[in-house]
Order: sequence, then structure tokens, then C-alpha cells
Amino acid sequence: MRAAVVTFPGSNCDRDLAVAFEAAGFDVHRVWHKDTALPDNLDVIGLPGGFSFGDYLRCGAIAANAPICREVKAFAERGGHVLGICNGFQVLLETGLLPGALMRNGSLHFVCKPVGLRVESAASPYTAPYGKGAEITIPVAHHDGNFQADADTLSMLDAEGRIAFRYAENPNGSAGDIAGILSENHRVLGMMPHPERAIDEMHGGTDGAALFAGLAEALVSA
Amino acid sequence: MKATVTVMLKNGVLDPQGEAVKSALGALGFAGVDAVRQGKVIELDLAEADATTAEATVTDMCEKLLANTVIESYRVEIG
Repeated sequence: MRAAVVTFPGSNCDRDLAVAFEAAGFDVHRVWHKDTALPDNLDVIGLPGGFSFGDYLRCGAIAANAPICREVKAFAERGGHVLGICNGFQVLLETGLLPGALMRNGSLHFVCKPVGLRVESAASPYTAPYGKGAEITIPVAHHDGNFQADADTLSMLDAEGRIAFRYAENPNGSAGDIAGILSENHRVLGMMPHPERAIDEMHGGTDGAALFAGLAEALVSA
Repeated sequence: MKATVTVMLKNGVLDPQGEAVKSALGALGFAGVDAVRQGKVIELDLAEADATTAEATVTDMCEKLLANTVIESYRVEIG
């Protein structure tokens, strides 16, 4: 299985994400934002956390228009799997691959702590291993994680089982306590918490590991 | 030709920064501030000399990059 991890200027979780994919058995290729082509026979693309382009204009807005993102978008539209974490989630929203927007946290504070999440949908390769209703702990670290969308979009996401995770205790003001959402085909996941920071006992928890392992298993059996 | 783009959060979208500024103004003793909305202003210097063409181009820039129309509205002023 082959994964690509994209690095933008200001990405800072790209290596951690590569390690998490490798731990789950992926052959990882690092891709630079100016690249205009993706590796061949790719199974999944990871968009990492960080502060791409210094969060200028809006978080993720400049990165979403980087040359490589045209390829990421085309890959997703062909049915490819894309995982966007934190800043990567912001990029996915700015590309339009996922609906809604991430705004400044309601508290205006940067939040950096482990948070409880409830798995809302098991109908994706990322969330199936946990099972619907499972409670897991994954760290968040963000200033702009306040997910907002209009009422129609929120009810559509709910009705179509596209809300992957909700916060047990809302840390940022997100509508409906939403921590992560899925695309219509459930192959693109955007989430604010960092599963790649919870894959080793030394991280303080390993609840993130199943997300990568589940994806690997789904891709192998596909 | 100069263009000025004003980007604001849409009405109905909660603006936590505006709320914080409002509360800080209250703390400074400025009474009677009913609401504060915070946005951004982007100034552009354009090679284009025709105002109509410039406005169309800047509007396209707003749709593609300068504003996130999910949560933001924008206004373009030319000249």
C-alpha cells in the first residue's frame, strides 16, 4: 500500500503523519507543495497539520491553491482516499472537497490537550475499527477549529452518516460538537484532532492507531 | 488602477473576535457599543486600466481566493 504525505511551507506534523502511515504498513512518499504529480499507484494522501503559509489570509486558503492540491482534488474525485488532519482539514474545506468552514475558536484561545471523541459513524475505512458510539481520546492543538456550516449542510451531514467524530466536551465552539466529517463517498476524512499523535504508549495513548490500521485493512481487502 | 476588497463575516455568523473587541471596549468605559464586527481590507494595485474589467477580475479573485463564501461576504471598490 502506498501513501503520500504532502508538505507545505509551515506544515509541522508531516513527519508524524508519515510515521503513523508507516507504522500501519504503508510505503510512504513525501510530496512537496510545488510538485505537479503524485506518485503512481497511490492508495491514500495525507494532508498534515501545521500552519501552511503562516495561516495567511485564512487557514489553509493558500495551500488549497498550491500546485499539488489540483492533483489531490483530482485524486479524491477519482475515488481516492484523502485524510486531512487539523490544518489538513482546513485545506480540504478550502478546496471544497468537504463542506463547511473552520473559524477561530469560540474562546479565542489556542487549545492543546487530549480530548474525548465519540465515533458517530463507523461507515468509513477510518472509523470502522472503532465501531459506532465508541469513545476514544485523541489530542487537539489548534486555534481555528470551530467548525461551522449552514443548517441544511449540518442536517445533510448528519442524515448521510458523514459526521465521523463529535467532541465529548466541545473545546472550540464547533456546531453540533463536530470534530471530523466525511465526504459523500466516505473516503475523504477531515478532522481537527491528531490521531498521528496517539499511536504510541509514549504519546500518552494509542487510540489513533486504529484509524491508520483500519484504513490499511480496508485498502488491502478492497 | 487600485482596487479595495472588504471581506466580512456574513450576517448570522458568530464573530468571536468582534465579540472580544466589543467586551474590551466596554471594559475601557466606552458605553453604548451594540455590536462589533471584525473583517479585513485587501488593497490591490492592478495593471488593468478599464474599471469594468478590473471589477470583474477582482470579483473572480474574491470567489477563488480572497473570501471564503461559505462564511464571508465581500465588497469590491475600484479606483
